Amino acid sequence: MLSRRIIPCLDVRAGRLTKGIKFKNNIDIGDPVEAAEKYYEEGADELVFYDITASYEKRDIMIETVRKVAERIFIPFSVGGGIRTIEDMRKVLLAGAEKVSINSAAVRNPDLIYQGAKEFGSQCIVLGMDVKKVGKKEGIPSGYEIVIDGGRTYTGIDALEWAKKAEELGAGEICLNSIDADGTQEGYEINLTRLISTNVDIPVIASGGAGKPEHLLEVLTEGKADAALIASIVHYGKYSIYGLKRFLMENGIKVRIKW
Amino acid sequence: MKGVVIVDYEAGNLTSVQRALNRVNIKSYITSNPTYILEAERIIFPGVGAAGKAMQVLKKFGIDKALRTAFTKGTPILGICLGTQIIMERSEEDDGECLGIVPGEVKRFPEDLKDQDGQKLKVPHMGWNRVIQKKKHPIFDGIDPEHEFYFVHSYYPCPRQEEYIIGETEYGIVFCSVLGKENLIAVQFHPEKSGRPGLRLLQNFCNWDGRYA
Repeated sequence: MLSRRIIPCLDVRAGRLTKGIKFKNNIDIGDPVEAAEKYYEEGADELVFYDITASYEKRDIMIETVRKVAERIFIPFSVGGGIRTIEDMRKVLLAGAEKVSINSAAVRNPDLIYQGAKEFGSQCIVLGMDVKKVGKKEGIPSGYEIVIDGGRTYTGIDALEWAKKAEELGAGEICLNSIDADGTQEGYEINLTRLISTNVDIPVIASGGAGKPEHLLEVLTEGKADAALIASIVHYGKYSIYGLKRFLMENGIKVRIKW
Repeated sequence: MKGVVIVDYEAGNLTSVQRALNRVNIKSYITSNPTYILEAERIIFPGVGAAGKAMQVLKKFGIDKALRTAFTKGTPILGICLGTQIIMERSEEDDGECLGIVPGEVKRFPEDLKDQDGQKLKVPHMGWNRVIQKKKHPIFDGIDPEHEFYFVHSYYPCPRQEEYIIGETEYGIVFCSVLGKENLIAVQFHPEKSGRPGLRLLQNFCNWDGRYA
């Protein structure tokens, strides 16, 4: 039986690890390579890196980070943030990442999903979705809207329709982030997660809002998520990955507990 | 070129296998040259992607013949993921002929895959899962049945003879995740991405003399 994955998310700006709340007020919390290694040793099932470097010119710093991480950890990891072209994807994958995560660029150019899947295989292409709850209205039948550019731009695209379309285009996985819940540590957006996860056949990683072990349990059971992304809950040392996994195991969730 | 050779046939990221070998201090070479494959002390045949395209490339470079010859002369070979599927006779993916080193075919997970509670299971099978060790094999040395490995695939190998099934994994159905025939051992998961047990398995392969009863 497949284990549910626990995936720490590392936001990287200019080669340093940062953390913000609702995409703002980012503070420096350390070296991403060291953090990656620590989480690997503690039993993370996978890692996600987001490059939140503002300037496109400084992106090679991220490639260097990816290369260092790949030499030191032997679990899958994905890299997202600012990936706009097939060439951007190739650079990240050659540097040692398993997967690339595309978000704003895929909304602007959905063909990027298709081309990426054709070139590197669906298993390499993660669709990052940033979602805001706006209520049901015309054009947004699910009540959840896709926002891009780090939460600044509303697109008028319905989250559920976009998830289905991305699956058709060849996305291998969805990383579903609720902007309303991001960094709050008040729990995942359960309704949104269940809505997307039960309507697509590709794995869905729930993201945004984890603050205590019960939140993970909730999103993996009621939310029907295949994996849970975590950040603040482990970055500040309040919980360990092992501790979270023990809790989930004791509550009947199959997790990878031995490594 | 002696030592461990990683076969390059334009199928996925081979450097991750090499990096994992580096970590356990094993020197390796990446090549698509059939001569080097024939001379190798041991061969790792990895791969990510589709079976049809992979076979085309293998034929174009003459790697298909080199692999069959290397197998016949007793070189230890490790198949990984797509590499494991390609050593079978044929694949439902692209409905094509494969290398035929192990009798049997490659099948796709059924559409209506469900777990024991009746919940629908997603395909690809992506993530960590256990391997039930059906037979004792040097590749499992130091690996606990509770250890998990990283899988990402929609197709799985079905050896025709039970004797070739070394390990099995459960995902809605029970499928062969480790198969072996003489000096060949092949795994459906990615040892290079499976943490410490994966590194151990790679090390075990590199210490293996290729003999298996």
